[in-house]
Amino acid sequence: MPSTVALAVARYRPERESEPTLQTYEIPFRKDWVVLDALNHVKDELDGSLSFRWSCRMGVCGSCGMKVNGTPKLTCATFLSDYLPGPIRVEPLDYFPVVRDLVVDLTDFVRKLQQVKPWIIRKEEKPLSEGEYLQTPDQLDAYKQFSMCINCLLCYSACPIYGLEPGFIGPAAIALAQRYNMDSRDQGAAERLKIVSEHDGIWQCTFVGECTKVCPKHVDPAGAIQQYKLTGATEWVKSLLLPWGAR
Amino acid sequence: MGRQVSAEPHYTLYHPRWYRRPVSVWWWLQNRAYTGFVLRELTSVFVAFFALVYLWQLRALVHGPDAYGQFLARMRSPLFLTLNTVAFLFVLVHSITWFNLTPKAMVLRLSGKRVPDWVILGLHYAAWLVLSAAVVFVLLRR
Amino acid sequence: MRRITPLLWLLFSAGGTVAALLYPVHLFLTGLAFPLGLIERPRYEFLQRLLTHPVTRLYLFVLISLPLFHWAHRFRYTLYDGLQLKHLTELIAVLCYGAALLGTAMTAYLLWNIP
Repeated sequence: MPSTVALAVARYRPERESEPTLQTYEIPFRKDWVVLDALNHVKDELDGSLSFRWSCRMGVCGSCGMKVNGTPKLTCATFLSDYLPGPIRVEPLDYFPVVRDLVVDLTDFVRKLQQVKPWIIRKEEKPLSEGEYLQTPDQLDAYKQFSMCINCLLCYSACPIYGLEPGFIGPAAIALAQRYNMDSRDQGAAERLKIVSEHDGIWQCTFVGECTKVCPKHVDPAGAIQQYKLTGATEWVKSLLLPWGAR
Repeated sequence: MGRQVSAEPHYTLYHPRWYRRPVSVWWWLQNRAYTGFVLRELTSVFVAFFALVYLWQLRALVHGPDAYGQFLARMRSPLFLTLNTVAFLFVLVHSITWFNLTPKAMVLRLSGKRVPDWVILGLHYAAWLVLSAAVVFVLLRR
Repeated sequence: MRRITPLLWLLFSAGGTVAALLYPVHLFLTGLAFPLGLIERPRYEFLQRLLTHPVTRLYLFVLISLPLFHWAHRFRYTLYDGLQLKHLTELIAVLCYGAALLGTAMTAYLLWNIP
């Protein structure tokens, strides 16, 4: 076990450079350290100017997503020991504009998430007097996987279509739309289908599958999108065969 | 539901100080997963190749025994034996990757529980075997 | 029929399934086993008889045309994404689906006109 390891971190200071560069720091190696610990060590002891996002440090907030040796990862869940002997390259997530160092702007995702209406849509709200919505374990099972999304955006960084088509709604937004479509309390599936069937929606996805591979919460956004395509196609056939049907 | 909260940040869309890395036209060579994906997609070219070969065979059959004999001779040529071998390998890749992807798109729920992926996969491979055997059986009746 | 994308995706899926299930065996027989003599070739007269059945004609139509549409849809996206040919998106779509339609038309014509 070495006593130190090299961390090559992407730096971007817009006030003095026009392109990111890599700066290498020699940090102590501890076998229980994750990349986030290493970054915090740099900030505390070596270079206070390094900027990066983090919060819960236990894989539930989705703040610390970055590329480690080219793969999108949660830095709070990526052990230094898996990357020996180093150097370990830490870069900001792909396909989002870099604000500074390892910080990227996520406004595009937030806007797209809002577009898919990620909330329970009811034709009529159930009055309080009628009590709570009841849901069986099987009904919960139908959407639970998609509800585990922590909006860490590793999937967007892994999706080449998002890189090539900035208008693409993207894996997490579509998976979250499905989370509500499959919820037995929701009545907004038709509304959401109209939104994601637009040009930049589900039909742009070519099932590369990288989003599912990098997802730290096993949401399987690729699966969500393919299932959505099947639903979209079935609804389209139904609308052809029964044009007068009120859907 | 509520007003749009900073939903249209036009002023930030082209913020001059943010860095946007350009996506190279060689993006698909930059990592193994992307290259594998493009190869998987290109299996469709070999699928189209064989569709055309079968169309050619159909045309030859319809135009009489001489035309069909010419088609058979062409199939025996080294060029087509090579092409067909390569196409066969790619078509196999298509089948295997296609079967692996289908359970993701086809989610069946029986009495509330999701049918496991391996069942869907197994059913596809079983269908593959049964249909292939049926084709061989029909064509072997000469 | 506001959008045809769902139809194109259905054709792509159906074609992909037909190709996945049936092309390995057909390609093995027609491209390798029969030419190399590994398995005895069906006789011309037998194939002619098979072709008179409407079921055979339907089978061949599905066997040839659906995978052509599978290729068209998939290849179109591969060109568009892979080579970043955004400015040619309409041309690529027309060429791909057009080629598939042409192949389908030729197949239908041949199968319809068998005596």
